[in-house]
Amino acid sequence: MLTFALKRLGLAVLVALTVSAVSFSLLYLSGDPASAMAGESATSADIEALRRLYGFDRPFLVQYGDWLFNALQGDFGQSYYFKLPVSQLIADRLSITMLLGVCGISFALVTAIPLGVAAAVRPNSFIDRTALFISVMGQALPSFWFGLVLIVIFSIQLNWLPPSGSGSWRNFIMPTVVLGYYAMPAIMRLTRAGMLEVLNADYIRTARAKGAGEWRVMFKHALRNAVVPVVSLAAVQMGFMLGGSIVVESIFALHGAGYLAWESIGRNDLPTVQALILVFAGFYIVFTFLSDLANAWLDPRIRVG
Amino acid sequence: MSEEPILAVEGLTIDIPLAQGTLHAVRGIDFELNRGETLCIVGESGSGKSLTSLAVMGLLPKRLECAARKLAFRGTELQGQPASAMRQLRGNRMAMIFQEPMTSLNPAYTIGDQLAEALLLHRRVSKAEARARAVELLGKVGITAAESRLSQYPHQLSGGLRQRVMIAMALMCEPELVIADEPTTALDVTIQAQILRLLVDLQREMNMAMILVTHDLGVVARVADKVAVMYAGEVVEQGTAKEIFEHPSHPYTQGLLRCIPVPGRTKPGEHLGSIPGIVPSLIGKVEGCAFRTRCDLAESACAKPVPIHRTQGGHAWRCIHSDTERVPA
Ligand SMILES: Nc1ncnc2c1ncn2[C@@H]1O[C@H](COP(=O)(O)OP(=O)(O)OP(=O)(O)O)[C@@H](O)[C@H]1O
Ligand code: SF4
Ligand SMILES: [Mg+2]
Repeated sequence: MLTFALKRLGLAVLVALTVSAVSFSLLYLSGDPASAMAGESATSADIEALRRLYGFDRPFLVQYGDWLFNALQGDFGQSYYFKLPVSQLIADRLSITMLLGVCGISFALVTAIPLGVAAAVRPNSFIDRTALFISVMGQALPSFWFGLVLIVIFSIQLNWLPPSGSGSWRNFIMPTVVLGYYAMPAIMRLTRAGMLEVLNADYIRTARAKGAGEWRVMFKHALRNAVVPVVSLAAVQMGFMLGGSIVVESIFALHGAGYLAWESIGRNDLPTVQALILVFAGFYIVFTFLSDLANAWLDPRIRVG
Repeated sequence: MSEEPILAVEGLTIDIPLAQGTLHAVRGIDFELNRGETLCIVGESGSGKSLTSLAVMGLLPKRLECAARKLAFRGTELQGQPASAMRQLRGNRMAMIFQEPMTSLNPAYTIGDQLAEALLLHRRVSKAEARARAVELLGKVGITAAESRLSQYPHQLSGGLRQRVMIAMALMCEPELVIADEPTTALDVTIQAQILRLLVDLQREMNMAMILVTHDLGVVARVADKVAVMYAGEVVEQGTAKEIFEHPSHPYTQGLLRCIPVPGRTKPGEHLGSIPGIVPSLIGKVEGCAFRTRCDLAESACAKPVPIHRTQGGHAWRCIHSDTERVPA
C-alpha cells in the first residue's frame, strides 16, 4: 500500500510540474507579454520599462523557476486588473467554488447511486429505463443550456429561486443541480454496471444462503463491492468540478473561482489566469491521487497485500 | 421410523425458459432424508444436481420455474412460504456449501465478519459471542490459529482454507440439514479427501442430515446411507447405498459402477466411469427414457412413459425392465 501510494504521489507531482510549465508558458502564447500589457498606444520605451519592471527580460527558465518558487509559497504575483495579490483574490473566491463542488458531487451521488442500484436490481424494468433516460439527458444537455432552462422556469416563470448572485443558500440550489446533473450519468451507469456484475457473484448467493435479507444482500454485500470504482470516479469528478465550474458559475453569476477565471480571461489578467489554471489543475491532480488511494483502501486485495 | 423426515421431496420439476424453448432441467424427482442421514446424489454434469440443491434451499434464480407436489422440511411445506420464513430457515436450520470456494466468500469483508454474520442473522447474541463461536468452528474445521484468521480477508487464504471457512460458516447455527454441492471438486486432489473426511465427521458429530453431491463413487461408497442417481433431470435409481452397490438395477447405474470391481473399496478420487454417447437435449417435450440412446437394453417400449419399480427396502428404479440383472444382454 505504501509503495503504491508513493508511486502515485510521484506521478501526481510530475503531472503538476507539467501543468505549471504549460500554464506559465501561457504568458508567451499571445506574443510579447510586455507589449500586450502596455496596450496599443504605448511607446517602445514604455514597453521596455514594463519589461524590466516585470522581469520579462530575463531568460525564460529563470522566470519560470522564479514564478514557480513564489507560487509554491502561495505568491502568484499581482493581479493586473485588481492590483491585489492574486493569492488573496483566489482565496476569497475559492470557498464558494468548493461549497458548490461539494454540493454538486453530493447531489450527484445521492441521486445516482440509489438510481443505479434500483436499475441493476430490475434490469429492463420501468425504473431501469427511466434511469437510462435521465442519464442520457444528463449527457446530452449542455450545462449552460440546462442552467438557462432552470433560470427561465424557476426564476422567471415561477419566481421561486434567485437567478444569480451568491448571497444565500437559495442561490446554490440551481447551480448544484446543474453541476451535479452533469456528473450524475457516469456515476449512475458505473453503479448499475458494477451492481449487475456483483449481483451475479457467487458470494451474493452465499449471503442469501446464510439467510440475509434482500436489503442486506444489496447494500452490505453487493454495493460495498460495486461502489469501489464509483468512489474513485466521484473523486476524479470532484476534482474536475472544482476546476470545471466555470460555465455554471458564470451562468448563475456565482462569485467563485470559476467566475473569476472567466472574468480574468476577458480582462487579459494573466497572473490571475495562470494561478487559477494551476489551482484548478492542482485540485484535479489531488483528487485523482485521492481517488487512487480510495480505490486501494476500499479493496482489501490491494490494501492487505 | 416414527420421526418426521428432515426433508421430503416429491415430484420436483424445474423448467428454464430459454429462447429456443423450455429446458426441462429437473423432471419429477422424489427423495426423502431422515435425521442424521447422508444422501449422496451422483450423476454426470448437467443432470440437475445443483438445481435440485438450490431448489431445496429456495435459492433458484427467479426466472426458473420450480414446482413440486411436496417440498417439505420437517413436515412444513416450503412452497408458498413467505420470503421471511425461508430466510429464517436458510443458514439457520438448513445450510449449503457450494462448489466454488474461491468465489463464494465476499472479498470485501474479513473471515470473522462473514462467519459472525451467519450467527448474528439468526441468534440474539453479541458480536463477541458470535466471534467466539466463529473461533470455535474454525477450530473444528481444522484451522489453526483461528483467532488470528478472523481478521484475514478471503484473498489471503488458499482454496482449501476457504472451503473450510465455508464449512464453518454453514455450521455456525448447527443446522439440521446441510447440502454440500460438490464441495471438493474445485480443490487440489491432495486435500479433497481431508475436506470430505472433515465434513463427514462434523456431520456425525452434530447429527445433521446431509445431501452430498459428488462425482466420486469412492466417497459415496464410504459415506452414503442412501444414493440417488440422476440422469438428464430424473432420479433414475435410488436406494440404500448397499442396495445400489450390490444390486444396481438401472442400466445407467450399472454402467457407472462397471469400473468398480469391489463395492466399498474404490480408491478415493476415482471418478464415474464414462459411458459412450451424449445426453439428449431436454429442451421441449421429453418423452420416454432419456437414457435410451445410450442403453444396451433399449427396446421400442423405452420411448413410451417408463414405469418405476420399487422394492420393500425403498430401492426404486425407472426402467422398463423390472429385473435388469436377468435380462439377456
Ligand atoms: N441459471 C441457469 N440458466 C440456464 N440454464 C441453467 C441454469 N442453471 C442450470 N442450467 C442448466 O440446467 C441443467 C442442470 O444444471 P445443474 O447445474 O443442476 O447441473 P449439475 O448436475 O449440477 O452439473 P455439474 O455436475 O456440472 O455441477 C444444465 O443443463 C444447465 O445448463
Ligand atoms: S427404460 Fe429402456 S432405455 Fe431406459 S434404461 Fe431401461 S432399458 Fe434402457
Ligand atoms: Mg453442479
